[in-house]
Amino acid sequence: MKSNIDISTKYMGLHLKTPLVVSANPLSEKLDNILQMEDAGAGAVVLFSLFEEQIRQENIKLEKVLNATSNAFAEASDFFPDMDEYAVNTNQYLEIIRKAKERVDIPIIASLNGVTPEGWTEYALDIERAGADALEVNVYFIPADLRLTAEEVEKRYIDILKLLRKTVKLPIAVKLNPYFSSLGHFASQLSSEGADGLVIFNRFYQPDFDIDNLTVLPNLEFSHPAEIRLPLLWIAILYGRLPISLAATTGVHGAKELIKYLLAGADVGMVASALYRHGIPWIRDILDDLKWYMQEMGFSSIQAFRGSMSQQHIADPTAYERSNYIKILESKKLR
Amino acid sequence: MDNKNHQVVTIDGNEAAVYIAYRVNEVCAIYPITPSSTMAELADEWSAKGITNIWGNIPEVIEMQSEAGAAGTVHGALQTGSLTTTFTASQGLMLMLPNMYKIAGELTSAVFHVAARALSAQGLSIFGDHQDVMAARTTGFAMIAAASVQEAHDMALISQAITLKSRIPFIHFFDGFRTSHEVNKIQLLSDDQIRAMIDDNLIFEHRKRALNPDKPFIRGTAQNPDVYFQGRETVNSFYNRIPDLLHQEMQKFYSITGRKYAPVRYYGDPDAEQIILIMGSGSETAIETSHFLNKCGEKTGVIQISLFRPFPSSDLLNCLPSTAGSMAVLDRTKEAGATGEPMYQDVVISMAEGLAKGTLSKMPTIIGGRYGLASKEFTPAMVKAVFDELKSVSPKNHFTIGIQDDVTFTSLPFDPYFTLDESDWTQALFFGLGADGTVGANKNTIKIIGENTDLYAQGYFVYDSKKSGAKTVSHLRFGKKPIRAPYLISSADFIACHQFNFLEKEDMLKYAKPSSVFLLNSPWDKNQTWDKLPLEVQKRIISRKIKLYVINATEVARITGMTGRINTIMQTCFFALSGVLPHDQAILQIKKAIEKTYSKKGRNIIDQNFKAVDMTLENLFEVDIPAAANAKVSKDHKIPAYAPEFVRNVTQMMIAGNGDDIPVSALPIDGEYPSGTTKWEKRNISDRVAVWESDLCIQCGNCSFVCPHSVIRSKFYHKAYLDDAPASFKSAMINARGFPETKYTLQVYLEDCTGCNLCYEVCPATDPLDRSRKAIHLDEKESRLDTERNNIQYFELLPENERPTVNYASVHGVQFLQPLFEFSGACAGCGETPYIKVLTQLFGDRLLVANATGCSSIYGGNLPTTPWTKNNVGKGPAWSNSLFEDNAEFGLGMRLTADKQLAMAHQLLKKMEPQLGESLVKGLIESSQLEESEIAEQRHRVSQLKAILQRMDSSDAKHLVSIADQLVKRSVWLIGGDGWAYDIGSGGLDHALASGRNINVLVLDTEVYSNTGGQMSKATPTAASAKFAAAGKRVGKKDLAMQAISYGNVYVAQVAMGANPQQTLLALREAEAYNGPSLVLAYSHCIAHGIDMEKGLDQQDKAVMSGYWPLIRYNPVLRKNNKNPFVLDSPKPSLPFKDYAYNELRYKVLTQTQPKEAEKLIQLAQEIVDLRWKTYVEMAGFGASSFQPVL
Repeated sequence: MKSNIDISTKYMGLHLKTPLVVSANPLSEKLDNILQMEDAGAGAVVLFSLFEEQIRQENIKLEKVLNATSNAFAEASDFFPDMDEYAVNTNQYLEIIRKAKERVDIPIIASLNGVTPEGWTEYALDIERAGADALEVNVYFIPADLRLTAEEVEKRYIDILKLLRKTVKLPIAVKLNPYFSSLGHFASQLSSEGADGLVIFNRFYQPDFDIDNLTVLPNLEFSHPAEIRLPLLWIAILYGRLPISLAATTGVHGAKELIKYLLAGADVGMVASALYRHGIPWIRDILDDLKWYMQEMGFSSIQAFRGSMSQQHIADPTAYERSNYIKILESKKLR
Repeated sequence: MDNKNHQVVTIDGNEAAVYIAYRVNEVCAIYPITPSSTMAELADEWSAKGITNIWGNIPEVIEMQSEAGAAGTVHGALQTGSLTTTFTASQGLMLMLPNMYKIAGELTSAVFHVAARALSAQGLSIFGDHQDVMAARTTGFAMIAAASVQEAHDMALISQAITLKSRIPFIHFFDGFRTSHEVNKIQLLSDDQIRAMIDDNLIFEHRKRALNPDKPFIRGTAQNPDVYFQGRETVNSFYNRIPDLLHQEMQKFYSITGRKYAPVRYYGDPDAEQIILIMGSGSETAIETSHFLNKCGEKTGVIQISLFRPFPSSDLLNCLPSTAGSMAVLDRTKEAGATGEPMYQDVVISMAEGLAKGTLSKMPTIIGGRYGLASKEFTPAMVKAVFDELKSVSPKNHFTIGIQDDVTFTSLPFDPYFTLDESDWTQALFFGLGADGTVGANKNTIKIIGENTDLYAQGYFVYDSKKSGAKTVSHLRFGKKPIRAPYLISSADFIACHQFNFLEKEDMLKYAKPSSVFLLNSPWDKNQTWDKLPLEVQKRIISRKIKLYVINATEVARITGMTGRINTIMQTCFFALSGVLPHDQAILQIKKAIEKTYSKKGRNIIDQNFKAVDMTLENLFEVDIPAAANAKVSKDHKIPAYAPEFVRNVTQMMIAGNGDDIPVSALPIDGEYPSGTTKWEKRNISDRVAVWESDLCIQCGNCSFVCPHSVIRSKFYHKAYLDDAPASFKSAMINARGFPETKYTLQVYLEDCTGCNLCYEVCPATDPLDRSRKAIHLDEKESRLDTERNNIQYFELLPENERPTVNYASVHGVQFLQPLFEFSGACAGCGETPYIKVLTQLFGDRLLVANATGCSSIYGGNLPTTPWTKNNVGKGPAWSNSLFEDNAEFGLGMRLTADKQLAMAHQLLKKMEPQLGESLVKGLIESSQLEESEIAEQRHRVSQLKAILQRMDSSDAKHLVSIADQLVKRSVWLIGGDGWAYDIGSGGLDHALASGRNINVLVLDTEVYSNTGGQMSKATPTAASAKFAAAGKRVGKKDLAMQAISYGNVYVAQVAMGANPQQTLLALREAEAYNGPSLVLAYSHCIAHGIDMEKGLDQQDKAVMSGYWPLIRYNPVLRKNNKNPFVLDSPKPSLPFKDYAYNELRYKVLTQTQPKEAEKLIQLAQEIVDLRWKTYVEMAGFGASSFQPVL
């Protein structure tokens, strides 16, 4: 009976066999893992991020080292074997795209993580040429400069998107963080500037302190299912209002979270932390549970229930607004 | 020949030679040595890239453990039929000599390509002359000299052709540096041309002569008196025909290429009266000068010798004009005690024999002279002086030219202002820093001009001898005709100063032609710059009507995101101002070159460079020159009057760049130079220097311990000393309990600081309220200079802390011991020098050092100033460098003297006990000298002894006084790098350790040949890339520690200061205390690792944390006491190997070039690390009986 259930979906125009997409994380650095992801049923794989700073800094470091050691001494005009072939650039990344495309049928989405418009054009073009099916752009930017206005922050995103839109024909998803004054307006701007999808939300790096050594601890924790609330809210609000795909990320540890996201209106749910916890085959478990749920609920396809809990479709749209919050507080009082 | 039909390239002599050698050989066995290393490196690089020789196969390139090894391998490969070559120079060629006799004696076709270089005599020199090849002239090898980059290319092929034809092996040589490193525009031989010169049938014959079990014979017999002599004479006919064969090959070469050569060539007036006979690059200078003089009405000529062995006597007589009245034979070598230098002797004999036979009608006056030793300049002025001398009635024989010999008066005077007509050339000089990219940009400029226009281009680059803050001077010539000028530019049309502070140190405008252009990278704008120029510079600019242009290239670089990289900007300025190329074409070509250089480094780097080019012209300004000089600043690099006389008179001249003017009489006769001269050369190479915050400091001594240049010094003293201290003198209460009146000062010698930042990195004391502030950190220097100079002066007046009062066993204590190795020219942040410095703090006043050639002998012993110094009572390390390969034996010899003379002293003491007194003699003989206080007491006793002996007149007393110093325990240390210990000196080191003698070995392990440019050694670890291991080292690093441990009686330690300085200290002290051989292997981070040198100590820590570099100590004394002698000092590995390795370019490079291979190798490396760790852990757990017993 399960086999009659259609869990395929569309994401940015791409046909996906399942609505569970592996989000950008280092597991996809290895081709074997990507193959396993496909086997387990992933609808698509967003490759690990190609970090702009990494490329830039590696290049700067390389240049610095080579400059400091070249033509400086009479006895040694340089210190390393010929570096002609050595280029800290996208080569390795592109190789993974190429190989993954050769070996798997599911879409491969490249992920660019950066903060400035420079350099993006080149990398995006390379990625397109290497055969990626789509591009996810992660403008991972903390506006720590107190002089930056909200408009300037938004403009940075828009500028990067415009530049990329001009450069490549690939579908482009923008991965967002939740800290925008007017997220809905900003999302519609992105949509009108050519974004094909929004990935909601990025989990920001939130440092911790070591209170004994008075140092900052740069660690990143895995997500928890409880973290789905904020993305859930915004997917439910945005669903149906913009001609754009929605991907929900953060907190998908089992079918329950995925189902909630789909009900809110996501085209796909994205998973990473759970794969670290339970292994790549966990994808199959989630999907089996999804099918089980659909069967139980009588949903024959994703389409049949996607967005049914969105702001547009629920009976009480204020549930997503301020009045709902008051209701919750009132209910707490009663306890 | 029509240039357009041939590929024209701008390359240096090394590349020109190896381009051919690689294409006509099948096997290359080499060993790196300056200035020939590039030839071997290129061969290896091409082989790794799969480039084939003319027969379509890829030559096999192998790096050996020494030149002796290379020669042996060459011999073996030749004997089995391979076309085999090698590349070498200097001492390397000396190590090949034994095999060369064999190769020649067996009539084996081969060419050795030699970048001819000076030999180590009173001192080592890396520079060019013919001493090495002259020492090989008796081997039976034929010898061909190339005089230019084009000739190095052409003669390489001609040598190969004739060696196959004649069966006589050849040395093909050209002048080290002057030709090997000169970049010039040449016509490249095509593969078809090369093939046309090589007869494959001769190769088949070569193979037929090879050892082959299918048709066996033996070669290499031992011969008795009955036949050996006759056997030697069998080869005569092969040598006799060489000149004729060479003529034929050169004629063939001419028909193929249009370039004409002969074994002996004559240039000049057919009726010349004065003739110079010369070989090598100097020929070009002589020929051009002769040409110029003849145009002025002189009758001169030059005979250029290309074939030196067998000496072409007939050719010489044939080309000698009958009008020749006098003739000077110039040798670029010295053969002390001979009747004349080698070529002079050959010429005299040839002509005497010619006269006797009647082939020469009259004998001209023949004189011989020496020139150009160790790349001493050989200029047209010197050539003219020789021609002038030849005109005198009684010309001076056995003369020297280019120096002032005021002792034996051999030198000829010359007019330094004489030059040839240089109007055809644009001559440009560039003064830059080693790390600022000036040389790279200039090489690029030469390529742009040489390979994209019809102009000819020449470049030669001069480096100073320091490894940090090294100055480079680029000499570039451009012109419409081929440039034959193998000498430095003395009169420039364009001078660029890329570093403003050079103006205070160097009189660069003395090279400026009238109305020339001076380009200055200035931190000041066009209106401010003039006032900032030293008075002498202003005066030169005005008197020579120099046009001054300024650009703040540093700022333009910063704006364009290229902080610190001014090369492209200054290169653009050169093109804009020099007019060598039309402006638009120049910009186009620069951008093309940028794209080519950075094509794989990302568009943003290219864009940054483009932006820099575009912004350059907007920021380049001409300065209005006032009518009169008005500077308030003056050049000031005088050494203070209280410096030793030698330093003031001699060292000072070398520092100022006037060493060429030092006369023979001023120099030491036997290579002995005073200790501790770096302190007089305040180099001020860093704008940012270490600054001490007395309120934060916890006085741990870490910064002082790791400082590679000994610029951080500490003292404790009574607070009363502060009464007279300058107000700015910093101090703090000593943080030891019970000393309320004792103060502590940490003084930074800021003029010697290189700004390496290791001190900051290692400092544990952070301001709790401002986490970015540490007790020591870098800050700007300029505003502190005057006050800190005063403070240093006062600090030096404070008494040195008494050695017996200091706790040697702690890093904290060692800071109070005076370092006797200071301010060396090592790289900023060097990983080697801190170990040496600590060694001198611990044992410096009784230290004997044998130092293998390499980085440590260069920063330790390269003139003008040297860092090994002495303490306030005049005691300090006695240091010497013998060779590269023999350092263990050299050090062992020092130990033998110490032991022998000590035994002799004891014998005499006993004999003279009645006169000297029992208690003194007993004390002198029986003192164990284990503690510093005991050593102090022994020193006191030795002084007493000497005082008594001085009053005696007996032979015994005189003998005893001459060796009495040996009664104070000598600490003999053999220092060198891994190239020495693991490779070339491995056999000697092994033997010295096995001798059981009390020697201490400190191996500064950088895991590559650092001094010669990062070639693989047997210390290079698995997975790392290095030259000759471009695809990553596939075999494991030799475990030298375990090798030494296998003897049982060798103290062995493996240390890494950045991981555990306390363990380093302990190991050095235990090694010294152990009365037997000791080996300390010290992890030394290095620029050759491709790291940010600031993080060097952190990398050391990671090396240990990953288990790659376990800290161990093996102490035979423990075994004697029935304890486990093997102590593992490092914690269990807590870091994957790759997390350590991939911080370094040497490992990381492979992940980009060959990712699969990199993954495989890094896994292998991890397995090796795991296995070694497991073995060490097991050993640390063994009982004593598991280890070899010690007597």
